[in-house]
Amino acid sequence: MMSKVIVKGKTQGKILKSNNPINFLGAVDKKSGIIKDNTYDIYNKSIKGTIFVFPHGIGSSVGAYTIYSLKSNNSAPLAMICTKADLTVASGCALANIPLIIVDQKEFDSLENDSEITIDTNEY
Amino acid sequence: MELTRDEEAALKGEYGETLALAYRILVATGEATNSEKLIPIEWAHLSGVNYNTIGDAGEEFLSTLSKDARVKVKTTLNPMGYDIDSVSRYDLDENFISKQESIRKSYERMGVTPSFSCIPYDIFDLPGKGTQVSFAESNAAIYANSVGGLKTNKESAFSALASAITGKSPYSSLRKDDTPNITIKMKVENPNEMMYGMLGYFAGKVGETSVAISGVKEVDHRSCKSLCGGMGTSGTCGKFVFGEGEKDSEKIDFDKKEAQTVFDELNTTEKGDIVTLGSPQLGLDELHDLSLMLKGKSFTKRCMIFCPRSVQEQARKIGYTNEIERAGCDILSDCCTCLTPLINKDSVDGVTTNSIKGAYYLKNSTGVDVNLKSLSDIVKEETK
Repeated sequence: MMSKVIVKGKTQGKILKSNNPINFLGAVDKKSGIIKDNTYDIYNKSIKGTIFVFPHGIGSSVGAYTIYSLKSNNSAPLAMICTKADLTVASGCALANIPLIIVDQKEFDSLENDSEITIDTNEY
Repeated sequence: MELTRDEEAALKGEYGETLALAYRILVATGEATNSEKLIPIEWAHLSGVNYNTIGDAGEEFLSTLSKDARVKVKTTLNPMGYDIDSVSRYDLDENFISKQESIRKSYERMGVTPSFSCIPYDIFDLPGKGTQVSFAESNAAIYANSVGGLKTNKESAFSALASAITGKSPYSSLRKDDTPNITIKMKVENPNEMMYGMLGYFAGKVGETSVAISGVKEVDHRSCKSLCGGMGTSGTCGKFVFGEGEKDSEKIDFDKKEAQTVFDELNTTEKGDIVTLGSPQLGLDELHDLSLMLKGKSFTKRCMIFCPRSVQEQARKIGYTNEIERAGCDILSDCCTCLTPLINKDSVDGVTTNSIKGAYYLKNSTGVDVNLKSLSDIVKEETK
C-alpha cells in the first residue's frame, strides 16, 4: 500500500467513506460524531468508531478542536485515512492520538464502505 | 522530517509533557506537508477562543495546558464570544460566560496578548518582509501572505498553538514555495467589496495553496479584507497575487455567472431581522467611512458592528463613534459575526450582511437565513 503515516497507531474496524472534503467545525457534531451538513454524501451518519476515509479537511482552523472534542466525548473515529493531509486534520489527530494515514488516489478508490480493515502503522 | 538533537529530546518528553505535546503536533503537521525541518517563527496568532467553537473539551484542554505552558514568541488571539461591556444586554446564559472567562484566563496565563481580533494586521505593526509567522485565522493568514509580505501556512488552531509554545513551525508549503498554480480572471466590472468576497470564496474553492488573480488593478482595503475572508472560508488556499500568474498555469474565469452561483449558495432570504457589519472585524478606516455614510441617517432595525477593542477606543477618541451610535448601531468589541452566541436562531430568523465569510458561518453554524447586500445597499435600504 502506497502510504504515509502521520499519526501512529493500531486498530481494526469498518470503513465509513466520504468523497466530500470535510469541514470538521461546520459539518460534524462534536458530541455525537454525526454529519450534520446535508450536502455531504454521508449526511446523518456517525463517524464514531469507524475507520473514517475522506479526501482531506477544509475550512476553519478550529476544526482541530472538533477532532479533539470528538475524542473526549468518545465519539471519534478509530482512525482516519485521507489522500492529502491538511494541517487541521493532522494536528487534531496528533493531539487526540487518532491514527492518521495518507494514501494515494488508487488506494483511496479501492477502499470500500463497510469493509473491515486492520490498521497497524508498524507495518508501513 | 529531520529534528535537531534538542527537538528530538523535547519530543521524547525530556523537557516536560507540554513541549512533548507541542512537538508531537509539529511533527505530524511537518510530516503531513513533507517538511524537512523546523524553522523559527516570530509571531503566532491563535484561533480556538470562542466557547461556541471549542466547547467543554477545548475549555478543559486549555485550562490544563495553561498550568504549565507559556508562549515563547509574540502571540495574539482571535475573537471570543461576546463583549463584556454589553453582554448583560444580551440574553446569554451564565454557563457560557463562565466557560468563556475560563478560556480567556487560560490564554492570559500562557502569556498571550488578549487582542480578541481576527484582523491582527490592522492593529499591530507588521514585521519586516519575508518574516515567518504562524497565523491560524484564515483571513489573517491570507492577508499576511498576500498583502503583508509575511510567510505563513494556513495554520490550524493546534499548529499555531504549538508554534506559539515552541517558537517554531515546519518549513513547508507556502513558507517555502508560494508560486500560484492557477490564474483566476476577474471579469466582473466595477466590483464592490461584496463582489470581492465572492471572488475570494470562488478562488478558495478552485485554488489549492496559492492563486493569481488577473484583471484587477487596485483594490481598496475593505475589498481586500473581504477577499481574504471569502477565500479563507471555502477551502485550503492561503495566498493570492494580483497578475497574470505563471504562463503554463490553468486559467479560470470569474464572471457574473460564477458570482451568481456563490450568491445563490449563501443568500437564503430577501430580508434580515438585523444587520451585521464586520467579518472580518472593521478597522479604523472602515469606521471612519461608516461615520460619513451614516450622516443624518438612522437604521430601521438593530445593526451590530464588530471591531477590535483598540479600534473602538481610537474611534471614540476621534469621535467616529458618535455618528455611528446616533444612527442606532451597537458597536461590539472582542467578538465577531462568526459564531457569536449574541446572534442565534432563537432570536432572529435572518441576518443582513455584506460579509461572505459571515454569511457562510451564519448559515451553516449559527443556522439562520442570510440576506447578502453590499455596504452601500445596506446604507441605502436599511436606514431612513
